[in-house]
Amino acid sequence: MKHLLSIDDVSRDEIETVFETAADMHDVQRREVKKLPALRGRTVVNLFFEDSTRTRSSFEIAGKWLSADVINISAKGSSASKGESLRDTVLTVCAMGVDGLVVRHPASGAAHQVSQWVDASVVNAGDGMHEHPTQALLDAYTLRTRLGSLQDRHVAIIGDLTHSRVFRSNVLCLTKLGARVTVVAPPTLMPAGVGAWSRAAGFETSYDVDAVLPEADAVMMLRVQRERMSGGYFPSAREYTVGYGLTRDRLALLKPDAPICHPGPMNRGLEIAADAADAAQSVVLEQVSGGLAIRMAVLYHLLAGEES
Amino acid sequence: MADPRTVLDARDISRALTRISHEILERNKGASQLVLLGLHTRGVPLAHRIAQRIQAVEGAGVDVGELDVTMYRDDLRKQPTRRSHKTVIPGSGIDDKVVVLVDDVLFSGRTIRASLDALADLGRPSAVRLAVLVDRGHRELPIRADHVGKNLPSARTERVSVKVAEIDGEDEVTIS
Repeated sequence: MKHLLSIDDVSRDEIETVFETAADMHDVQRREVKKLPALRGRTVVNLFFEDSTRTRSSFEIAGKWLSADVINISAKGSSASKGESLRDTVLTVCAMGVDGLVVRHPASGAAHQVSQWVDASVVNAGDGMHEHPTQALLDAYTLRTRLGSLQDRHVAIIGDLTHSRVFRSNVLCLTKLGARVTVVAPPTLMPAGVGAWSRAAGFETSYDVDAVLPEADAVMMLRVQRERMSGGYFPSAREYTVGYGLTRDRLALLKPDAPICHPGPMNRGLEIAADAADAAQSVVLEQVSGGLAIRMAVLYHLLAGEES
Repeated sequence: MADPRTVLDARDISRALTRISHEILERNKGASQLVLLGLHTRGVPLAHRIAQRIQAVEGAGVDVGELDVTMYRDDLRKQPTRRSHKTVIPGSGIDDKVVVLVDDVLFSGRTIRASLDALADLGRPSAVRLAVLVDRGHRELPIRADHVGKNLPSARTERVSVKVAEIDGEDEVTIS
């Protein structure tokens, strides 16, 4: 594997290999010396054109724990804010001898475009409304750790699907691993063309949270991405919560052992109630620690071997 | 390549492991503070077998763990990435313990160098020793084993293959 741009490019076997490696990486997190020398001498640049806390710090720690030299560049405070093009920024960074680029960009397809310009391995850390492959891998890894296997397990993905790259990557990843997926959203936040895609990819769509929740083996809540909304997608936050939020009442509909995921950051009180976010079956923090292990595994497989 | 020639059969391997177990106990003056760490893959079952023999002799158990050195290898960039295995350190840790690394074949010494690096990240043993079933020579680093099942002079081009029942269904060492 040279790049990780989309879950579509990754086979089920490769996903399993990443999971197995991540399980070993998870153990490193419990050690006193959280360091492996696998990427010593490699340089990884986190190029973030969008705000991020957990993804950027997760990639940064992952690279550092594998002994790579890690540099963070944000659009704010860099030459990009002076009007430099993405291509010039990327080429400038790579001219410094970079081995890996972790790219987050508000434009869908940006990471793929970057991979065409450079020799370095590129990891898509979120491109617009397109994909976020490491998030999907960590979600599936977290669920598999809890559920044992994802084969024939029913996962409900609920929330702002239109603006969610996490949803797209997760559908690809979960169905590839044999899970049955139902996506739920208000009609205004159900992406155009999802019907054709769902028929082709074999997942279901629904507008009825209360009907889906009792049957789900796991539930994945998505953030309402108000920063991406140009118009009114729902009348009020209150109405959204009543219709589609994982409220205290809806928590009671869930199987008691069904894990609750959220990619973060959470809008508490909007798409997820505090009772659900902090419930015993919530795996939000496991997603964060698993995410670090997944990113270590991905960086290892992209950068450690001869092929890179 | 020549047909494989058996250099150790199951009984030879059993005797060698028994002797190594006694040597470890003698050198350590008993089983206290002893930790056996098997190197993946075939070092792991060998470490467990040595531990069983020590238990039989001493009547006291000895801690056994597993060490994977994939991430510490100096040839990581010369081949496609390999999958790592689990490193399992006994609950009591390895600080101030006598750690005996157990592997099937000692060849260039690079795996053992990687093991020493891995150990340094895991704790600070009071001593580290090395037990191998076969020492075939051709060292590239100043490393030697403390306990050897069989010294096996070999040409660099020859292939030494160790089979253990737990993984391969039979015990045998061949050279070809």
